Amino acid sequence: MAFNFQLLPGFPSRPQLRSAFRFRISPILRNLLRALTDSIRDLTPIITVIAFFQIVVLGQAPDDLMTIIAGMLCVAAGLTLFVAGLEMALFPLGESMANGFVHKGSPTALLAFAFALGFGTTVAEPALIAVCTEAARAAAEAGVIAEDPAAIARYALELRYVVAFSVGLAIVIGVVRILKGWPIHWLIIGGYVLVVVMTAFAPREIISIAYDSGAVTTSTITVPMVTALGVGLASSIRGRNPMLDGFGLIAFASLTPMIFVMGYGVVTN
Amino acid sequence: MDWAGLTFSTLFGTLRDVLPIVLVVVVFQFLVLRRSLANPARVLTGFVFVVLGIVLFLIGLETAIFPLGRGMAEQLIAQATAGADGQGWLSYGWIYLFAFAIGFSTTMAEPSLIAVAGKAGEISGGSVGVLGLRFAVALGVATGITLGVYRIIYGLPMHWFIIAGYIVVVIQTAMAPRKMVPLAYDSGGVTTSTVTVPLVAALGLGLAGAVPGRNPLIDGFGLIAFAAPFAIISVLAYSQLSVYMARKG
Repeated sequence: MAFNFQLLPGFPSRPQLRSAFRFRISPILRNLLRALTDSIRDLTPIITVIAFFQIVVLGQAPDDLMTIIAGMLCVAAGLTLFVAGLEMALFPLGESMANGFVHKGSPTALLAFAFALGFGTTVAEPALIAVCTEAARAAAEAGVIAEDPAAIARYALELRYVVAFSVGLAIVIGVVRILKGWPIHWLIIGGYVLVVVMTAFAPREIISIAYDSGAVTTSTITVPMVTALGVGLASSIRGRNPMLDGFGLIAFASLTPMIFVMGYGVVTN
Repeated sequence: MDWAGLTFSTLFGTLRDVLPIVLVVVVFQFLVLRRSLANPARVLTGFVFVVLGIVLFLIGLETAIFPLGRGMAEQLIAQATAGADGQGWLSYGWIYLFAFAIGFSTTMAEPSLIAVAGKAGEISGGSVGVLGLRFAVALGVATGITLGVYRIIYGLPMHWFIIAGYIVVVIQTAMAPRKMVPLAYDSGGVTTSTVTVPLVAALGLGLAGAVPGRNPLIDGFGLIAFAAPFAIISVLAYSQLSVYMARKG
C-alpha cells in the first residue's frame, strides 16, 4: 500500500495543493506542458520507424547515439514551442487581421495583403530556391538555355519570381472565392484540368519539377497564417461558413505554381 | 558535431524566412488597418516561441533525423540493387516498407499539418477528429510515396499516376460531404513540408541514381508530388467513411 502523504501533519490538503498549482502554473506554462505531451506523441512514429530499420533491417546501432538523442530532444522541444506559439501569436493575429479587413470594408487593401502574404513568404523560401536551381540545371542540360553560370542563375531567379507571383495570385483568387462564396471544387478541378492539359505541352524536363514546386511552396509559418486568414474571413463575413469557405487557400497555393512553372517552360522553350 | 555553427546558420535562415511575414503583417496592421494589437505581449511571446520552435526543430532534424534517414535510404537501396536479379518485388521489399513507413511517420510529425488539423478540429466544434484527420493524411501520403517508389523502380511515366489520382479526387468530390472538401484539398498542400520533403527527396534521388536506366533529373524529382493527390483521396475517404458509419448507427 502506498504511503499517504496527506496524513502527515502540516501537509497541504488536496484543494490547497490544487490551488497552489493553479497559482504557480501560468496559462503559458500550462499550454507548453500540454504541447509537450502532444509533441512526444507526434514524434513516436518517426522514432519507431528509424529505430526499427536501424536495428532490425540494417542490424546496426547508429554511430553517435548521444548526438542523436540530443537532436531528438531538440525536435521535441522545437515542436512544443512552435505549437504553443501558434495558439498565442499566428492564429489570433491572422484572424484579427482578417476581421480588421472585413470591418474596414476595403477589398483592395485585403487583396493587396493576400498577394503580399503569398508573394513575400514564397520568394525567400529555401526549398523553392533549391528546386529552382535544379530546374535551371535541367534546362541547361536539355539545351533550353546556354550552359553558363550566368544564364543558369538568371533562369533560376526568373523561375523563383514566377512561382512567388503564382502563389500571391493563388491567395488572391482564394480570398475572392471566400468573398463571393464560390464553391471551391469547380475552381480546383478546373485548375487540375489545366495542369493535365499543360503537362501534354510542357517540355519533359520541367514536368516533374513543376509538380514538385507545388509541394514546396507552403512553409511552416505561411500555412498557419494563411489558414487563419481564410478561417477569420469566413467567420467575419455574414453568410459564410468557416468549414465550407475558410479552408482552401493552401490548395490554390499548391496548384498555381504547377501551372505557372509549366507555362514558363513552354514560353522559354 | 558543430553545434554552434549549425545553431547560428539555422537561426539566421529562420529569421530571414520570418522577416517577409513580419514586414507584411506590420505594414498592413499599423499602416493600412491602423490598429494596435489586442494583446501585444502575448502575441510577441508567441512569435518568439514560433521562431525558437522552428530553429530547435530544424537543428534537431539536421542532427538526428535527416542523417539517419538519408543513410538508411542509401543502405537499403544499395542492398536492394546489389541482388542483381533486378526488379523483383522481394529484392525491393524493404524499400517499399521504408517508403511507406517514412511517408506515414514524417507526416504525423509535420508542424503545418498539426496547425491545420488543430484549426479544423476547433472550428468544426469537435466533429472533425484532429488525430483521425492527421492519421488519414499520413496514410494517404504513405500510399502515395510507396506508389511513387514503384513508379521509379519500373520506370513508368509519373503523370499517369498523378492524373489517375486526381480523377479519383474528382469522383470523390461529387460524393463526399461538402463541408470536408475544402479541408481535404488543403491537406493535400500541407502534407509535404519541413520533415517530409528532405527525406522523401533523398529516397527518390537515391533510387533514380541506383536503378539502372533511370535519370535522376527526370525520375528523381516528382516523388513528393505523389503525396498530394493521395492525401486528398484519403481524407475524402475518411469523411465518407465517417458519414457511412454514422448512418449505419
